[in-house]
Amino acid sequence: MKLNLALAQIDTQLGGVQANLEKHLDYVKQAKGADLLIFPELSLTGYLLQDLVPTVVARPRADDAVFKPLLQASKDIDLIVGFTEEDNRHRFFNSSAYLSGGEVLHVHRKVYLPTYGLFDEGRFWAWGDSVRAFDTRFGRVGMLICEDFWHASPPYLLWLDGADLLYFISASPGRGINGEDSLESARWVEHVCQAYASLFTSFVAQTGRTGFEDGIHYWGGALAFDPSGELLAKGPHYQEALTQVELDLNELHRTRARLPLLRDERTALTHRELTRIINKDIGGGDGRD
Amino acid sequence: MAEIDLNINTQLARTILTGFIRSEVTRVGFQRVVLGLSGGIDSALSCYLAAEALGPENVLAIRNPYKTSSPESLTHAQLVIDALGVQSTTIEITGMVDPYFESQPDIDNIRKGNAMARARMLTWYDQSAAFGGLVLGTGNKTEILLGYTTLYGDSAYALNPNGDLYKTQIRQLSRAMGIPEPILNKPPSADLWLGQTDEGELGFTYEEVDKLLYLLVDRRYTAAECVEAGFKEAFVKAVIERVRRNHFKRVMPPIAKLTNRTVGYDFLYLRDWGT
Repeated sequence: MKLNLALAQIDTQLGGVQANLEKHLDYVKQAKGADLLIFPELSLTGYLLQDLVPTVVARPRADDAVFKPLLQASKDIDLIVGFTEEDNRHRFFNSSAYLSGGEVLHVHRKVYLPTYGLFDEGRFWAWGDSVRAFDTRFGRVGMLICEDFWHASPPYLLWLDGADLLYFISASPGRGINGEDSLESARWVEHVCQAYASLFTSFVAQTGRTGFEDGIHYWGGALAFDPSGELLAKGPHYQEALTQVELDLNELHRTRARLPLLRDERTALTHRELTRIINKDIGGGDGRD
Repeated sequence: MAEIDLNINTQLARTILTGFIRSEVTRVGFQRVVLGLSGGIDSALSCYLAAEALGPENVLAIRNPYKTSSPESLTHAQLVIDALGVQSTTIEITGMVDPYFESQPDIDNIRKGNAMARARMLTWYDQSAAFGGLVLGTGNKTEILLGYTTLYGDSAYALNPNGDLYKTQIRQLSRAMGIPEPILNKPPSADLWLGQTDEGELGFTYEEVDKLLYLLVDRRYTAAECVEAGFKEAFVKAVIERVRRNHFKRVMPPIAKLTNRTVGYDFLYLRDWGT
């Protein structure tokens, strides 16, 4: 089976939900022939929202003014969008939604909110508390948002939960200039995406945003790797772009016949040792579950 | 001394910095910038970046000589104007500041220098309104960290492409962008009084202090680790103290909090709010 993937590395208007929504619908028209179109983290709102967070919320439901047209569009093409979600208790999450056939298949709430250095997400958003794979018409998928995949455990959990397709979205500020051809942040994301594809013998696609917010810039550079860790496609840096790439899903069969890392993964051993480590650390651990 | 490499990929920096100028000027409804062009390397670089980002016709370079300014400063600024084809104007500040200086018999060079920097700023912001362009900053990371700037003088601007580049990196990028040799090679000077040079006034070279600042700021070294890396202890202490003492120049002035929501503390929006 083939999956025609389209990665939309867009710039966004900061707090301009309507303008961003229109751009999404415009990219839906541009992504002709694609089965799935992926937008970056917080693609409907912009990233450095600070006190704008409560004013740009959406709920992933058919009666929501933002999601209604997106769900309509998802009848022709699957979509992953980034947004600020308000739950029934009025907590705000940095979320992504997978839309397909007019339905919301899955919502992921970012579980790692970076709150250090130039990041202040923990101040403005609530922490998500689950990492779950889900089924799509192209196979089982895992969705993560930026800092989620700077930690090794969420991709690992998704792999064990059956995901063969890992879709990462981000709004990563460009930083770390030296003599190299790209920034440290860009090279790091490339390294880890390639590593996850290789270690989990899975497809990995990453879509980052572009543009500036005050002095912060986002480099774009969408990526797709096959289950051997080979680069399939790479979007340009520092400009909006739609990168389309065909995934040959049979590659999963071929790679795992050659390299049975999933077959040999000893989850019970991992579980046993994790339990031991967590029990040992009670009182001395970080206290976060 | 440990090997400290401050080299940057100049093409990458150029792409990001011109993108920054284009984005941050146009998203708030402008097409143009104005800047003070001193004849030195920092403002030359800002001018080159702006001309590339917005087109030379959208850049107004302002020369602000004082009667004792070195004639070379004017000539060097003209080299930039001619090379880029940017718009330009010359507004002498002597007539603005001299009557004030005459009323202040005890005024010293430092006070005069600061007053002149603020007089220049006054012309930039007025020309900004006349030309319809934002004021582009020119200060680099070294002088921002050391506080080697005049508050509300050269430190006043709407946006600054240079502020995260150390002086030695400014030189590297300037060379790559083709800034004329005489500007690249002359000793840095604020030209506020005769014979003034940055390095003479600061008491160390940019080459030395950039490496130290890189370890302290970018790499988060402690003072002891910097000494271990080969810097003299007195130099390390003096620079750390200078950075701390001048922090007030890098932050918005504090507002006394009384209500539940106060500008500067819990009324948090980017400048780019809504754009």
